[in-house]
Amino acid sequence: MWNKRKEDEYPAKPAPTPSPSAPSKEIMSTAPVTSYHPPERGMAVIGKTVLIKGQVMSREDLTIDGEVEGSVELQENRLTVGPHGKVQATVKAREVIVLGTVHGNVETSDKIEIRKEARLVGDLKTARIVIEDGAYFKGSIDIIKPELAKPVPPPKAERQAVAASAPSGAPVVAANSESKR
Amino acid sequence: MLRGWKSESKATSLVPAAKGAGRPVAPTTRPSNGMDQFFASIQGQHQLRILDLAGASQANISYITNLGHRLYSDDILRTLDDSFGSGPDFLTNQSDPGRIHQFLSQTLDFPPAHFDGALVWDTMQFLSPQLLQLTIERLRHILRSSAYLLAFFHAEEKAEMLPAYSYRIVDSKTLSLALRGERKPAQFFNNRSLEKLFHEFQSVKFFLTRDHLREVIVRR
Repeated sequence: MWNKRKEDEYPAKPAPTPSPSAPSKEIMSTAPVTSYHPPERGMAVIGKTVLIKGQVMSREDLTIDGEVEGSVELQENRLTVGPHGKVQATVKAREVIVLGTVHGNVETSDKIEIRKEARLVGDLKTARIVIEDGAYFKGSIDIIKPELAKPVPPPKAERQAVAASAPSGAPVVAANSESKR
Repeated sequence: MLRGWKSESKATSLVPAAKGAGRPVAPTTRPSNGMDQFFASIQGQHQLRILDLAGASQANISYITNLGHRLYSDDILRTLDDSFGSGPDFLTNQSDPGRIHQFLSQTLDFPPAHFDGALVWDTMQFLSPQLLQLTIERLRHILRSSAYLLAFFHAEEKAEMLPAYSYRIVDSKTLSLALRGERKPAQFFNNRSLEKLFHEFQSVKFFLTRDHLREVIVRR
C-alpha cells in the first residue's frame, strides 16, 4: 500500500471520442479531450486528505485533489481539479480542468474543460470551453474574445529618442514593447 | 422515429437508455421548425441571455455562444430527480410544497425579465399539473416581454413511457437527439390544453411533426 505508485491512484481514462454533433465553428475546441494525467512529481498538489480554507495563490500549475474553500488564483497557470477534488471557491486561472466538483464562479483567460463525471455549478467567463457528455454544469457561460496583442506605444520622450538614434530608413522598434502570449 | 416507446411501466422516473442492449443508442437528427422560428426571432441581436434547460452540451454551448449570446445552462430533469426522488413516489412528491419550493429555487430563481429566450425542450411533460403550472408562471416571470420559449410535447397520448432526450443543436433548423432514457409522462397535451397552459403568454404556435412530437413556440 505504501509503495503504491501515483499511476495506480489515477487510472488513465480513455480519451473520449468526439461527438458527431460537435460544432464546426471555432470558439469551442472540437478536438478530443486528452485523458487525465496524474500530476508529475514536483508539481504543486493539494492532496486528497487536505482541506484548505482561505485564499490560494500560485505562480505554477496546481492540482487540487483535496478540498478548498475560499478563492483560488493562478493568473498565468493551469488549475486541475482532480477526481477527488472539491472546490468551493471563486477561481481565476489561465486554464481550468475539472474532473471533480467545483462550486463557484470560474474565470479563465484561455480555456475551461469540464470532463465526464465532473460537476461544476457557477458562472463561467472564458475564451474557450470544452464540456464532455456526462458532465454536470449549471450556470451561465460568457465567452470573452481574447483581445489581440497590441504593440504598446512608447512614451513620447522615449519615442523621440529612439527615432533620433535610428538610422535613416531603418525600422524603429519600441523599446518597451513586450511580447505577449 | 419515436415509435416503439411503449414499454412496461417502470416505477422509477428515469429508465436508462438502451437497457439491456449493452450499447449506447446513436443520436438521430431531425428538422425543427420551432427551433428555426426561435432563432429567427433573435437573429441579428447579440448579447442576449438564453436559458437552456436540457443540460449542458458542447453543441448547444457552441451554437449559442457563437451567435454572440450568453447561455445559462441547467439540467432540469436531474434537478427534478434530486428534488422529488426517482422512486415510485416521484409524481406524488411533486405536490409537496416544500419540495416544489426547493425545485423552483434551484432551477428558476432569477430576477424578472432576466432572459431573452428559453429552450425548455421536452422537459415540461414530466412535471405534474401543479408543479407545471408553477414552473410556467416562473418561466413567464423570468422572460422579458416578447421573448420566445420553445417547448416540445409528445403527441402520442397512449404511451406509458416517453423517451427523454438530450437536444443538441446542429444548426438553426436541425437537432440531434441523444436518448437519455425513458420517463413516465405526468400528463399529455393537445393543442387546446397547451393554449390553456400558456394562456398568459401573448401567443402560442404549434408545429405538429411526423414523428409525433408537437413543437410549441410561445411568445411572452
